[in-house]
Amino acid sequence: MSANYFIRGNKNIKDKILSLDFFLILLVIALGTISVFAMYSSEQGKFGYYTQNHLYRLLTFFGVFLLCSFFSIQFWFKSSYIFYFLIVILLLAVHFNGVTASGSQRWINLFFINLQPSELMKVALIVFLARYYYKIPSENVTNIKHIFIPVFALIVPALLVVSQPDLGTALLIMIGGIAVIWLSGFKIKYFLYSFFILVCSLPVVISFLKPYQKSRILTFLNPERDPLGAGYQIIQSKIAVGSGGIFGKGFLKGSQSYLDYLPEKHTDFIFTLFSEEFGFIGSIILLTIFILIIYRVIAIGNISKNNFSKLYCYSFATAFFVYVAVNMSMVLGLMPIVGAPLPIMSYGGSSMFSIMIGLGIAMSCKIYNTETPT
Amino acid sequence: MFVLSVLKAAVFVSIISRLFYLQISENIKYKSLSDKNRLREWKISPQRGVIEDYFGIKIAKNTQVYQLHMIPEDVPNLEELFFKLARIINFDENKKKKLTRRLKKRKPWETIIISDNLSWSEFSKLNLFLHEIQGIKPVVSVARKYAEDGSSAHIIGYVSDASSKDLKNSEFIRKINMPGLKVGKNGLEKLLNNEMTGEPGLQRFEVNAYGKRIKELKLIQGIQGKNFRTTIDEKIQTFSSKLLEGHSGAICVMDIYTGDIVVLVSGPTYDSNKFVHGISQKDWDELMKNERKPLINKPMAGLYPPGSTIKPIVALSALENDVISTRLVIKCEGSVERYGTKYHCWKEKGHGFMTLRNAIKQSCDIYFYEVSRRLGIDRMSETAKKFGLGKKVLESFNEEKSGVVPSTKWKLENIGKSWYLGETLISGIGQGYFQSTPLQLCLMTAQLANGGYEIKPRIIDDKYALQPIINAWRKEFYSKKNNLELPNSDLKKLYRNPENIKFVHDALYGATNEPMGTSYRSRLTKPGYVYAGKTGTSQVRTITAEERRLKIKNKDLSYEKRDHALFTAFAPYKKPRYAISVVIEHGGAGSSGAAPIARKVIKKVLDRHELRKKFQLDLFQEV
Repeated sequence: MSANYFIRGNKNIKDKILSLDFFLILLVIALGTISVFAMYSSEQGKFGYYTQNHLYRLLTFFGVFLLCSFFSIQFWFKSSYIFYFLIVILLLAVHFNGVTASGSQRWINLFFINLQPSELMKVALIVFLARYYYKIPSENVTNIKHIFIPVFALIVPALLVVSQPDLGTALLIMIGGIAVIWLSGFKIKYFLYSFFILVCSLPVVISFLKPYQKSRILTFLNPERDPLGAGYQIIQSKIAVGSGGIFGKGFLKGSQSYLDYLPEKHTDFIFTLFSEEFGFIGSIILLTIFILIIYRVIAIGNISKNNFSKLYCYSFATAFFVYVAVNMSMVLGLMPIVGAPLPIMSYGGSSMFSIMIGLGIAMSCKIYNTETPT
Repeated sequence: MFVLSVLKAAVFVSIISRLFYLQISENIKYKSLSDKNRLREWKISPQRGVIEDYFGIKIAKNTQVYQLHMIPEDVPNLEELFFKLARIINFDENKKKKLTRRLKKRKPWETIIISDNLSWSEFSKLNLFLHEIQGIKPVVSVARKYAEDGSSAHIIGYVSDASSKDLKNSEFIRKINMPGLKVGKNGLEKLLNNEMTGEPGLQRFEVNAYGKRIKELKLIQGIQGKNFRTTIDEKIQTFSSKLLEGHSGAICVMDIYTGDIVVLVSGPTYDSNKFVHGISQKDWDELMKNERKPLINKPMAGLYPPGSTIKPIVALSALENDVISTRLVIKCEGSVERYGTKYHCWKEKGHGFMTLRNAIKQSCDIYFYEVSRRLGIDRMSETAKKFGLGKKVLESFNEEKSGVVPSTKWKLENIGKSWYLGETLISGIGQGYFQSTPLQLCLMTAQLANGGYEIKPRIIDDKYALQPIINAWRKEFYSKKNNLELPNSDLKKLYRNPENIKFVHDALYGATNEPMGTSYRSRLTKPGYVYAGKTGTSQVRTITAEERRLKIKNKDLSYEKRDHALFTAFAPYKKPRYAISVVIEHGGAGSSGAAPIARKVIKKVLDRHELRKKFQLDLFQEV
């Protein structure tokens, strides 16, 4: 087995291109295009700093997405552990020598780019666990000796991210990991037990939360508690979405975002901005694109012959679903504000990088769906 | 897998229903909330009406000013704001303390004005730093501006922020009051406040999250308040005000037919502009400490014994009541003994034998002691009241005083004692209980000068209201010229026999234009400028026998013990048109303290008569 085969697989380039999921690519392009317009609107109709950066990143990471697709599934399978440990090392590097912004240390300076390893961990953990469960028969998953490593692999990055502090991303990493464990055939009753334990330990957890995190939870429960402080974001976001109506206020006409009432409008609240300008109909269309992407990734899992690909696709689709659901629920006031970006739409290189790699691996599963990694 | 798919579907359905709830069901609520965010309205205080003089010169006008307003509840940190402000505008510790004190009295949502008169450079700097300071807004507004020389300060008054007293007393102010709106505090500004205020406008802005105005969406201009034209001649007003420099006193000039007040100055004056933006403690203390009381509107609120200026009225009263004839001769020996008290003439050696004409001309006190003794206080008081003493002239000014015309009844009611006969004598020379304002003396002289008709003095020029008065005068002049006796004149006569009025006119002519007359040295000889006037020197205290013996001169006394100098006159003598009164507090004798000033004013008034005539209907036009 040559190195060449290891990377390129057993297909020639023409076959590879033909077996790409063009519908998925189209959906990503559509989402990317919408995101550029939204970013343009967030800068009050100027092709400014954020829009430019977003567009360049989009083009670059779209290339990364296609590139990842052409790597064989064997490659992803083999390098999954290395990938995971590399990110853990980066997280440790962040912990000791990271770049701090607005009170939390999340980035590492790689000279040409400020990378946020926690975002990459979202995908790395899924690939790692997918490989780990690949060889274990589903009836043995609940076996105590097979619980130790996945839980450890999940807890270590989560703790590192929480200490940054970045509770939102840590939760998203954990949910991604739990999704893999669940889909590997772990019995549902154990999830119910651990959920019960979690609820019981909640008061203890809360006592460890930072004051701003506590206030976010309290504010979520009653945003009017502090309309100019912690509740401000959620109230303004609801006003923006609600005032959009059925058809929206029109492109570049969202007064809430234009007049700066909307906080974090290029990142976490980009959906609010979009929803204000394009209304209920626009929001449904955007939501449909996300649902279709999730559906396509699940469909790839369905046609995959090997369990690694299946487990990866289902888990990634679930994680992707969680990112979308958490972000939207948060900006619509269904959930406390946790700081979770909307995939591809939100401004932020690492998040987009991570999602594009994730989609690329799914696409690789599609191209090499008949292969079995060893 | 199945459980997960159901879960995903459920979550998406809940997101969609949430979107539906927010964007469709609750759309109207959020739309209005978004507008509430986006739109902010400001009441614009309306431009105040201006006050002009008779010729259209603006005495009180409006100028553009730059202001800084603050909404306390929008300020996250006051200390921080003050710190930042101090670096941008003139905002020292003192102002900070004052503002903090004012803040305590205000509701947090009420706009408070930090500074209402910023310089342009401060204002533009503020706008530059606005994005980093929350809760403040720069505002372009208009403010009152008065002539700096203060010549009309008293009559115009000034505006300032509404005080709690203003709010309590006036429903109008309570209703319209808004930050930046000034209300009239005194003078015409107070009198005409409601009409001059105008109607507030509205400015609707789109504002961003920091309160910065992005776009003006709607502007309803306020309606400027009504403008008023007064009867004042600002040029003579300034001229007269200059004459009063260094004195404390008043000058009034009135049209004897229309009652138009041409000049009404008070000295010393002050700069009313200082009050508009809140007077500083130092300036206020200075005004309060000044013993010449610059804030008092002396023509209306200053009370002085009329002194000898009342003698023409006493003479007229005696003639009208047939108490004496013009041929009555009395010998003045410098003093006279009555009711066990010695009464003195101002001329120690005495005037010798005096007729009534001479007694007016030389202002002989002994003669008038005798006239008033025969006349009695009540008849004297009746005539004095008829001619305008003892009641407010303009009525509507709340600072105006009504003065005192004593009578037996008055004394009983106000002092609770019966009248002493000796008091009649000193009342006959305008001393004792007599108290009058310079404006009353001017009206008295005017009504005497116009032939003895009642007039209604006015300061607001209202051509419409004036027309019937003009018509009445035209009718009167026509009938007099043609010796017709009109049964129903529209003018009220204050006399019984026109010969008596004529006699007093002639005596006053003598007082100014004949040697020995008290104001002979201040006469005008140019044809058309000859006038007739009466001096007055009113004592502010009783002269003791000791002082009389030592022959202490007025100028040797301390300022507040010196006599008031008074002068009343009408001009020109042949065809009278204006009456004047001059009062110089503690100015010594009327002949030297007041008459020379009056002479200059009369000259100026007559100089400008031709111009003034062009602005009015001709009274003497044939009917």
